Amino acid sequence: MSISTLIAENQPETFSFTSESEAEIKQQIAKYPAGRQASAVKSLLYIAQKQNDNWIPMRAVEAVAERLEMPVMRVLEVASFYSMFNLKPVGKWYLQVCGTTPCMLRGADDISRCIKDKLKIASGETSACGKFSLLEVECLGACVNAPILQVNDDFYEDMDYQATARLLDELAVDNKPEFGSVIGRQGSESEDGATTLKAVKKTASRSK
Amino acid sequence: MLADKDRIFTNLYGWGDSNLAGAKTRGDWDNTAAILALGHDAIIEEMKASGLRGRGGAGFPTGLKWSFMPKEVGARPHYLVVNADESEPGTCKDRDIIRHEPHKLLEGCVVAGFAMRAHAAYIYIRGEFYNEYKVLQAAIDDAYAAGLLGANAASSGWSFDIYLHRGAGAYICGEETALLESLEGKKGQPRLKPPFPAGVGLYGCPTTVNNVESIAVAPTILRRGGAWFAGLGKENNTGTKLFCISGHVNKPCNVEEEMGIPLRELIEVHAGGVRGGWDNLLAIIPGGSSTPLMPKDVCETMTMDFDALRAAGTGLGTAGIIVMDKSTDIVRAIARLSYFYKHESCGQCTPCREGTGWMWRMMDRLVRGEAEIHEIETLEQVTRQVEGHTICALGDAAAWPIQGLIKHFRPQIERRIAAYQAVVNAAE
Amino acid sequence: MPKLTVDGIEVEVEDGATVLQACEEAGAEIPRFCFHERLSIAGNCRMCLVDMERAPKPIASCAMPAGDGMVIDTKSERVKKAREGVMEFLLVNHPLDCPICDQGGECDLQDQAMGYGHDASRYSENKRAVSEKHMGPLIKTVMTRCIHCTRCVRFSTEVAGTPNLGAIGRGENVEITTYLEQNLASELSANVIDLCPVGALTSRPYAFVARPWELNKVESIDVMDAMGSNIRIDARGSQVMRVLPRLNEDINEEWISDKTRYAIDGLRRQRLDTPYLRGKDGRLRPVSWDRAFAAIATKMKKTKSAELAAIAGDQIDAEAMFALKSLFDKLGSSNIDCRQDGAKLTAKLRASYLFNTTIAGIDEADAILIVGSNPRIEAAVMNARIRRNFLNNRTPIALIGPEADLTYPVTHLGADISVLKQLVSGKHKFAKILKKAKRPMIILGMGALRRADGQSILGIAREIADKTDMVTDSWNGFNVLHTAAARVAGLDMGFVPGKGGKDVAGILKAAAKGEMKLVWLLGADEIDTSAFANSFVIYQGHHGDAGAAAADVILPGAAYTEKDGLYVNFEGRVQMGRRATFPPGEAKEDWAIIRAVSEHLNKTLPFDSAAALRDELITAVPSFAVLDEVLPSKWAKFGRIGKLSDEPVTSSLSQFHMTCAISRSSETMAACHQSIQAASSSLAAE
Repeated sequence: MSISTLIAENQPETFSFTSESEAEIKQQIAKYPAGRQASAVKSLLYIAQKQNDNWIPMRAVEAVAERLEMPVMRVLEVASFYSMFNLKPVGKWYLQVCGTTPCMLRGADDISRCIKDKLKIASGETSACGKFSLLEVECLGACVNAPILQVNDDFYEDMDYQATARLLDELAVDNKPEFGSVIGRQGSESEDGATTLKAVKKTASRSK
Repeated sequence: MLADKDRIFTNLYGWGDSNLAGAKTRGDWDNTAAILALGHDAIIEEMKASGLRGRGGAGFPTGLKWSFMPKEVGARPHYLVVNADESEPGTCKDRDIIRHEPHKLLEGCVVAGFAMRAHAAYIYIRGEFYNEYKVLQAAIDDAYAAGLLGANAASSGWSFDIYLHRGAGAYICGEETALLESLEGKKGQPRLKPPFPAGVGLYGCPTTVNNVESIAVAPTILRRGGAWFAGLGKENNTGTKLFCISGHVNKPCNVEEEMGIPLRELIEVHAGGVRGGWDNLLAIIPGGSSTPLMPKDVCETMTMDFDALRAAGTGLGTAGIIVMDKSTDIVRAIARLSYFYKHESCGQCTPCREGTGWMWRMMDRLVRGEAEIHEIETLEQVTRQVEGHTICALGDAAAWPIQGLIKHFRPQIERRIAAYQAVVNAAE
Repeated sequence: MPKLTVDGIEVEVEDGATVLQACEEAGAEIPRFCFHERLSIAGNCRMCLVDMERAPKPIASCAMPAGDGMVIDTKSERVKKAREGVMEFLLVNHPLDCPICDQGGECDLQDQAMGYGHDASRYSENKRAVSEKHMGPLIKTVMTRCIHCTRCVRFSTEVAGTPNLGAIGRGENVEITTYLEQNLASELSANVIDLCPVGALTSRPYAFVARPWELNKVESIDVMDAMGSNIRIDARGSQVMRVLPRLNEDINEEWISDKTRYAIDGLRRQRLDTPYLRGKDGRLRPVSWDRAFAAIATKMKKTKSAELAAIAGDQIDAEAMFALKSLFDKLGSSNIDCRQDGAKLTAKLRASYLFNTTIAGIDEADAILIVGSNPRIEAAVMNARIRRNFLNNRTPIALIGPEADLTYPVTHLGADISVLKQLVSGKHKFAKILKKAKRPMIILGMGALRRADGQSILGIAREIADKTDMVTDSWNGFNVLHTAAARVAGLDMGFVPGKGGKDVAGILKAAAKGEMKLVWLLGADEIDTSAFANSFVIYQGHHGDAGAAAADVILPGAAYTEKDGLYVNFEGRVQMGRRATFPPGEAKEDWAIIRAVSEHLNKTLPFDSAAALRDELITAVPSFAVLDEVLPSKWAKFGRIGKLSDEPVTSSLSQFHMTCAISRSSETMAACHQSIQAASSSLAAE
């Protein structure tokens, strides 16, 4: 992993925060005591990533460093340490399959296989059309709703091969279905209704 | 089975509204000022009396932990930091608290923060919980609007602020000092201890880091009394606990149950039993991926509490129960965990950085049987060389699952090596 | 003062000491890679594990504060196994390429593997391969060898103050690199080579040049700046192969600047290795020593003493200067000067031209005013001390002169020298800070003192010192920062114009008018030699630089690595440099050349050995008798209260790498200089 394999080959010449991003930056920095603005580094990297089609160019790393008065190397260290920062472009639909044991036990392999079948991509690759990228990720923390396929910010839960195929078809036409359990569970209760709290009146719709 | 009246998380499944109005119908924020009126030390005493042990995995008594904070506030402010970086494989309980019971967590922050003389809390939520982050941020905004946070929080006379901080994909940030580093805007690399956070924590100030569940149960404990909580569960393992049952069960779920509940009962009553029946059980990881697995015979009579599991050579951890039936490729299941730890090692200290990669590569070969019998011994020794020699517990966590595998499933590994050798020999 | 028991031996250590230090106190050797006394504690290599009573697992001794009553065992079976385990982990991904590794023979990993390593590896997986990282012309990287101790990262962040080195990625993929593989932007960068415990960072110019056991090691003194950094010169045969720092807590601690370390390849180029004489055709031709001496004698005997002048250069040893001064005394000429840059310093009062606070004293300062200096390029290692003081104490530091990144924040008071008047009046904000400070410092650079109004600046600075109580019985905050290694010795012995004598400017002026018939340049290359068109110029020195180009006779001398010689650093500390190699070809030690000329002039100097010369020198200037110490110097009034010019203040040097005949001849320094130019022009292009 030299720097050239870590970051995108084609780097934009410039980067500057939009006024919308600037407003968010202000909000984030305000969370921390004076002089502790470095705490907002991950927030600013997120903001840059959101502004720049879900990846962070080096000019943005430098912009974050300048805004937070941090050495740029410290910002690059952070950007390269955390797995959610993309230092290379990803597709519009960033598919992240949890491959850790609880998901593996419940069929995570089938999700990856479906993606391979339909999009011809393996972990770390982007589809020929450029629309989809795939990454096998580590435990997403929704193990009782395994297996999980994360698309951009959202978890699709209780997935299987068929559900993955349907989801990919929808995404291909830029239609993103409602996220959550694909078998109709509201949360983490057992599949055919919970064994506890039966007296609780259900007032909420499916959680977002 | 725990009676519904003794359940703390009555909106665990999100059937009711998670917003402030919904939370109030469940008793949250009900005269919070009265709890604070007990005083800093009385709250801590009550928490001690409840016997609550930290729900993040280590099981350290929560009240005692709070009492480590300085009794006087000096030049450095005190901080409460909530660890919502839930990432331990098999664990997904804090997610439910955050998205369905956010106000229990926020009110918990106020009482816990007050008890330790802090005026601010940072909640560090894992980056992947984006939607949960939005729910929690909305709850914080609502609480501020309703005067429950900010100056004179909940009319208590105590000012209290809560800030939400997103992680960005790093399991290690669940380690409390790595979390503090990350919160300060650095790589999430654990700190050397001592000093401990209660002395030198966030921004060098006295800090207590607590798990989401430990904080979220505090208001209910303080309302109903430590004795109520202590009356549930077993001695030294009191109260209720959120259990996550995943893997090869018929109906995976989260459930709040009493500490010390028999494992088999937990699985059969709440999770629809092991897939293919109890006799189809191969092994269970009882407390998140870091805890060594237990073969079926150990599971038979096991109760789910810190002490019983510890006595069996494993642990309650986060109570993330991963069930594996007989169809499981147990070597691959553990090898996948080895990959996880290799992926999540921060890379700071030698045994973990080099050991996790080595262990995974050996495990990866064992999945195929591509090894010599004596390498099982080598692998076991490598786990011992990692264990206890690292800055934080990730090294231990990477070592234990493999130790559990070798301890209980050595014959399977040996058979697989033999089978591979047979194929190789046949080919020659 | 905690008392501990280590391996059954009771020791008492300072408060704040670590268990590792306590173990050393008890005579137990603790292996380590990441720990370094001058860097923050990382605790990441895990090699220093020891057993502590009641601790469930071994502890990292480097990171554990020593506590009263601790019982430590460094020799238990568990400790041995733990260290063997760590060593095995360090080696699994470390290439076994010692035979082709420049660290071989002085490698911590190699050494400690002897104690804790297995004879064969149990690791049968593929080893990690890491791509090399560009870090500039000085540092060669073989990053597959890196053991991630982070000493280099901590050094550049903490000591050098140039935090562009870091560790990217995580887990087993962590890699040390500079930001986008830029050069390590520090004058101290190559110290990371010494710090690297393995062969990941090695010296690029020294790559595959020599093995440590082939080298003759000589302890000497650096002359690339006026700090007097203590160095070790490693030579093989007639060549200096490398320069390394030598520990001196009072001066350079254990660092040296990149110029100190790497200008040495300049010792091999452009050398004057035989005497030369300019013929009637105007061309320089090699001649014998005798012909050269005869030519000089002939010319000198014809020249009136008032028309003789001598200028001493910036890197000359005290012996040579004293010999030349003695000769000119005998010749009756008082036109001598050692202040090539025209610094308006007089030799009357030592305190008026010394760095009185001392280098180590910087640690105590609580307010610093820098005037006409950029310490980062004029005394880079000392600058790291100022930075450390700032980091420890947030010391207020102000700068008068061109704006500069000194690696610590300064309040820039502009480049207009008249601000000194506000400071002396006490009205200026920073004057109040100086007044309030217990141990304030003023640092006067040559950028201020070489000006026409230098005496006035000196005077007003002295007045500021007096008014802000900078000088007390226990503290002297008045400092002159010299850049020339020879300067203080020159001033100490009075290598300045005597009665009626001319200084450098006067000599040049007279020469231009044809009134200075003979000029002896003793290693003086930093003056405008065009004035000497009508003078007979003797150049004595080691490099074919500006002085030699203007010469009628060239007397080849010895560079600082080729002679024993005394140097007085800007603190006034006399130190002895030692010969590591012989001068090339016909070249000779400088004092001996002058002694030989004196014979030809029938003015034979009264010493025929270096020892005898030093005796004479000490008799004349007793301060030369005391080596390695700083003697107290008397405080009195000096300088002049006069007009200040409205010209903006500059700093003494405009760049770091090429500042003398040696460094200008150095390809390595040229490469460094070019890479900086390239980096700044690409920045400018943006």
